[in-house]
Amino acid sequence: MVLVYIDLVEGKLKKSAFEVASYAAETAKLLGTNAYAIVLGNSTDDLTSLGKYGITKVHTVAAATAFDAQVFTKVIADAATQLNATVVIFSNNLNGKAIAPRLSVRLKAGFVSGAVALPDVSNGFVVKKNVFSGKAFANVAIRTGVKIISLNPNSFNIVVVDGSAEVIAFATPVDVSKIEITATNKVTGEVLLTEAEIVVSGGRGLKGPENWGLVTDLAKLLGAATACSRPVADIHWRPHHEHVGQTGIAIAPNLYIAIGISGAIQHLAGVNRSKTIVVINKDPEAPFFKAADYGIVGDAFEVMPKIIDAVRKLKGA
Amino acid sequence: MKILVCISKTPDTTAKIAFADNNTKFASDGVQWIINPYDEWYALVRAIELKEVDATTSISLVTVGGAEADPIIRKALALGGDDAIRINADSHDSYYIASQIAAVAKEGGYDLIFTGKETIDYNGSSIGGMVAELLDLPYISLATKFDIAGTTATVVREIEAGKETNQANLPLVVSCQKGMAEQRIPNMKGIMGARTKPLKVVEPITIDALTTLASFDLPLAKAGVKLVSADTPEELVRLLHEEAKVF
Ligand SMILES: Cc1cc2nc3c(=O)[nH]c(=O)nc-3n(C[C@H](O)[C@H](O)[C@H](O)COP(=O)(O)OP(=O)(O)OC[C@H]3O[C@@H](n4cnc5c(N)ncnc54)[C@H](O)[C@@H]3O)c2cc1C
Ligand SMILES: Nc1ncnc2c1ncn2[C@@H]1O[C@H](COP(=O)(O)O)[C@@H](O)[C@H]1O
Repeated sequence: MVLVYIDLVEGKLKKSAFEVASYAAETAKLLGTNAYAIVLGNSTDDLTSLGKYGITKVHTVAAATAFDAQVFTKVIADAATQLNATVVIFSNNLNGKAIAPRLSVRLKAGFVSGAVALPDVSNGFVVKKNVFSGKAFANVAIRTGVKIISLNPNSFNIVVVDGSAEVIAFATPVDVSKIEITATNKVTGEVLLTEAEIVVSGGRGLKGPENWGLVTDLAKLLGAATACSRPVADIHWRPHHEHVGQTGIAIAPNLYIAIGISGAIQHLAGVNRSKTIVVINKDPEAPFFKAADYGIVGDAFEVMPKIIDAVRKLKGA
Repeated sequence: MKILVCISKTPDTTAKIAFADNNTKFASDGVQWIINPYDEWYALVRAIELKEVDATTSISLVTVGGAEADPIIRKALALGGDDAIRINADSHDSYYIASQIAAVAKEGGYDLIFTGKETIDYNGSSIGGMVAELLDLPYISLATKFDIAGTTATVVREIEAGKETNQANLPLVVSCQKGMAEQRIPNMKGIMGARTKPLKVVEPITIDALTTLASFDLPLAKAGVKLVSADTPEELVRLLHEEAKVF
């Protein structure tokens, strides 16, 4: 059986949940077995809906509410052992990064983080993962009986099937956490950068925060998230959580639009997995054009208002 | 407080990524090695700041690697570590590396273990969690702030919808990212002093790796950029809509 850990964000299922559910179901198919999910905490979404992504059973542990990697690992390890999981799958998102390595140690199960494709089971069990910040891939063989994989967000297409999952409470003790959550500070009303299908991003070429309307207006029209280069966050034109790249967030949207960003290798490291890259830069020699699919060599202050207008017309807004 | 900072070496961020030996090895000829940025800028510098506030704090560094890691660990000592241990082994397997670090950590009895968010070459983001599990300690990952009062740590970590503040008692394992501290440049005094700081080389414990790196691939080259004239930006919107079908 393939077991997938489904993360709740504010009690809700997010896009990454459907991706890992589909990935687990497809992996189970390759191995000729079923895919079950485990959900910790209280869901406000209907968990039977995970059946639409190929999950046949959902095991829930309602008592595990506050996130603690140590506590959650024990619960998931119990489930994996009692239900005889041979593969355990996580999203390589923030919580996945905290739990999956611990589980690997607890179960002595080989772990590959940041997978970008289904495992190759034709000869052993080999998982393709991102390395060198998206600049290359490594094929890693897992040698243990139980295997753990974390899937990079936005790397696997959701597969929708006809089905409804059975939801079952899984009985297991939940330890008292040694970590107390004393505050949460939510960024609300914005599209989550790591989940966004489209990201509009600005660099130092935009000259100052007062010009960011060129980025945010387009983002709003496209339902996109906004991002920026590192210097832009460092000089406080934009908040730090928007910084993408080697030392910031790594993203892989369907469309990344870079405005006034030179395309330094450290910036590319965070965005080079985007499916389509559009670059707007006044310097034809900007390195970003080498990584781009579409581009305009031109002044953002002249080009962007026209682009925004054209999108507005297209959207009938 | 005794802090252990995990330091790894990575190719310089601008290094050309190429592979040798039938795509089984990173082609390291002529590559300049640096301290993994997350380990240096965030984990190590925050440890140094904690020591600046409380002089009874000690900072030990640990790296798992061959002799070519020595200049990296010396640079980390120059920035402000007190002593260092190099475990003389080369491996890609996170479980193997974490087991080595955990063995050293057990012996040293540290109050706080800092790792970076991830290595920028292997991108595992795993060692911190593994070390924590091996030592049965709480783990706070992807921290953007760390403060200590007595034996209680207050840590801000990134969550999907924003930030969360956690409190926990030492001992503790924390992985560090942007926000924890700012990059520093080692000064002459630090560089001179680092030469005489203790760097102990120990042999690894026997551990079986759980995974094997079979091969590397490079992504397919892009077809090349399609340029649209700056006089007709609306043409770009048409192409994205009709050809790329991205909106
Ligand atoms: C170890 C390390 C890690 C790093 N990590 C990151 C990271 O995670 N993310 C990151 O982004 N950077 C990172 N950097 C920094 C990176 O090397 C670059 O310095 C940075 O990405 C440059 O940002 P920028 O493109 O916004 O600015 P610049 O390099 O100043 O480029 C501005 C661009 O705007 C263009 N421009 C100017 N005016 C206009 C106009 N009117 N219209 C259109 N275009 C215009 C210019 O032609 C230029 O190409 C890192 C560096 C190091 C050493
Ligand atoms: N070989 C190593 N020696 C010491 N510490 C390491 C080593 N590899 C990784 N680390 C630490 O673990 C963190 C996460 O690495 P990784 O799990 O490989 O992405 C790094 O930022 C380092 O702090």
